[in-house]
Amino acid sequence: MSKVDDIAIAPDQIAITVRGLRNSFGEQVVHDNLDLDVKRGEIIGVVGGSGTGKSVLMRSILALRRPQAGRIEVFGLDVYSEDSKARHKIETNTGVLYQNGALFSSLTVEENVAVPLKEHYGELPDALVHELCMLKIRLSGLSDEASSKYPSQLSGGMRKRAGIARALALDPALLFLDEPTAGLDPIGAAAFDQLIRTLQQALGLTVFLITHDLDTLYTICDRVAVIADKKVLINAPIKDVEKFDHPWVQEYFHGPRGRAAQGAQHLLEK
Amino acid sequence: MTNTDPQIGPHRDDPDIINATGEWTLQTAQACIALLEKAPSQVKDIDGREILRLDSTGAMLLSQLATRTGLALKEIDVRPEHQALMNAVRQLSETPPVTRQKDYGFRKMLERLGFAMEDYAKETLALVGFGGLTLQTAVKTLLQPRRFRVTSTFHHMEQVGVDAVPLVLLLSFMVGAVIAFLGATVLREFGAEIYVVELVGIAFLREFAVLLTAILLAGRTASAFTAQIGAMQSGEEIDAIRTLGLNPIELLVLPRLFALVLMLPLLTFLAMMAGLAGGMAVCYASLDISPELFTVRLQESISITHFWVGISKAPLFALIIALIGCLEGFQVQGTAESVGERTTSSVVQSISLVILIDALAALFFMEMDW
Repeated sequence: MSKVDDIAIAPDQIAITVRGLRNSFGEQVVHDNLDLDVKRGEIIGVVGGSGTGKSVLMRSILALRRPQAGRIEVFGLDVYSEDSKARHKIETNTGVLYQNGALFSSLTVEENVAVPLKEHYGELPDALVHELCMLKIRLSGLSDEASSKYPSQLSGGMRKRAGIARALALDPALLFLDEPTAGLDPIGAAAFDQLIRTLQQALGLTVFLITHDLDTLYTICDRVAVIADKKVLINAPIKDVEKFDHPWVQEYFHGPRGRAAQGAQHLLEK
Repeated sequence: MTNTDPQIGPHRDDPDIINATGEWTLQTAQACIALLEKAPSQVKDIDGREILRLDSTGAMLLSQLATRTGLALKEIDVRPEHQALMNAVRQLSETPPVTRQKDYGFRKMLERLGFAMEDYAKETLALVGFGGLTLQTAVKTLLQPRRFRVTSTFHHMEQVGVDAVPLVLLLSFMVGAVIAFLGATVLREFGAEIYVVELVGIAFLREFAVLLTAILLAGRTASAFTAQIGAMQSGEEIDAIRTLGLNPIELLVLPRLFALVLMLPLLTFLAMMAGLAGGMAVCYASLDISPELFTVRLQESISITHFWVGISKAPLFALIIALIGCLEGFQVQGTAESVGERTTSSVVQSISLVILIDALAALFFMEMDW
């Protein structure tokens, strides 16, 4: 069990490596020879127009969709390897927040969080599992009362928080977020951004974040990867990405919304 | 024991300080709990600077120890890279989590019984209301025939009727054969084998064909209706239909209702024929009653009334099955579990209602001497 420790090493190490990825649906090629590196302990924001394959990239890294070609490594382990131990290690070290939470609708929030714990650590006493679930629920900013509610009784924002609590259940090193602030009001979105930042710092997470939200990019992302033309065009801090010479990037960051987010960020820095 | 296992012991400098070492993580949680149970209850400080790996589980266990021994907030020293985690967890675990008491007792049972009764009452009322609403919409639509969805109706007629033909034929044939067999066994003792023809004929024309078909369609079609409409309901498609100014009953219920009302009598007719064929086959094979004799006997001794009694129940059963299937679909509430519950409920309700009404109808027709 304690072999997992070779995953938690120096912060400069690479958490995710994607090389030569090719994904296509029939004739339509989504990714062609795509490369991407994600460093440990950083929040990387993945942006791109609709249909550029952001979610497909995430699903490929999560081993939910086998690509036509290419190699994907998480913590130096091949995600499509036949070695079930390696895959188990990746799975227990990965948390995912799906776009609509993907909570199990027949279970309460607490039971949702308990599912991975009971599956992978069935020997733990019930009292500890309960305490751990409550800790994760509190970490994700929900009140204790929310723990006994069913997903259908929660608002969109609360459902996302509950989704985070479940994603954090196994103390993963890597957290995937698929459009975490989509469908939240600006205040709720800002609070959620802060939550991600706080959790990332407290738990030392590596966060892979798909978003359209420019404010999220400016406030919490260490690096931004732009997907366009079937490749990762640039993977750099946002200041450098803004200056990148590509029509889509220029329109994205210097359109009216991009300028507004930049302005807000400059105000904050002053 | 390797040096990565969690351990606690008195500190080198001061025996009142607990020194925690090794890995304090979810993987080692059990060992940690065992250690903490043995930990002294009076300590001055907890030193976690030699902890190699710490996650939120370890941090929670350590902060529980701190709370138990009465230490204040900031007194767990850990490595700088663990400090943020330790502080966050320490802050959150200050107040113990609320534990709900689950009540599995007698009062809970009474409560559930009450809710169940209320549900039944509500459901009956809803069915009656839904039936009325559908009839009203049906009349409106028939007055404006252009609003009637012909394509959709034919699509459902194929799914509900044509696709069910092989199943209905096969099962009716089997049941017809079984009845003939049973009849033959009993009647042979009296030397009255020829009456098997009447037995099979009356049983199938009056009761079994329509009942079998209705029960088959209740299982096959009511569940399909519920699942189709239920999936649309949970995908907010029904809401979209409403806000687009369309009438979900006209759009979804009427085509299904008409398809079933048209197809169930036809299927019933096929079931009658298959059942008679099954009886005929058994008569020929084991009673030496030739198909010619069977047909002549059938014509002579069984009046057409039996056929009309049987077939007249088919549209009524169709109405019940379609209404319950659709209504349950509209009552789905977004969760996967709810779709399952409603589908089960629609099958159970439609089968029970079909049998109940069939029994009442049998009494009625008997009293009327039809």
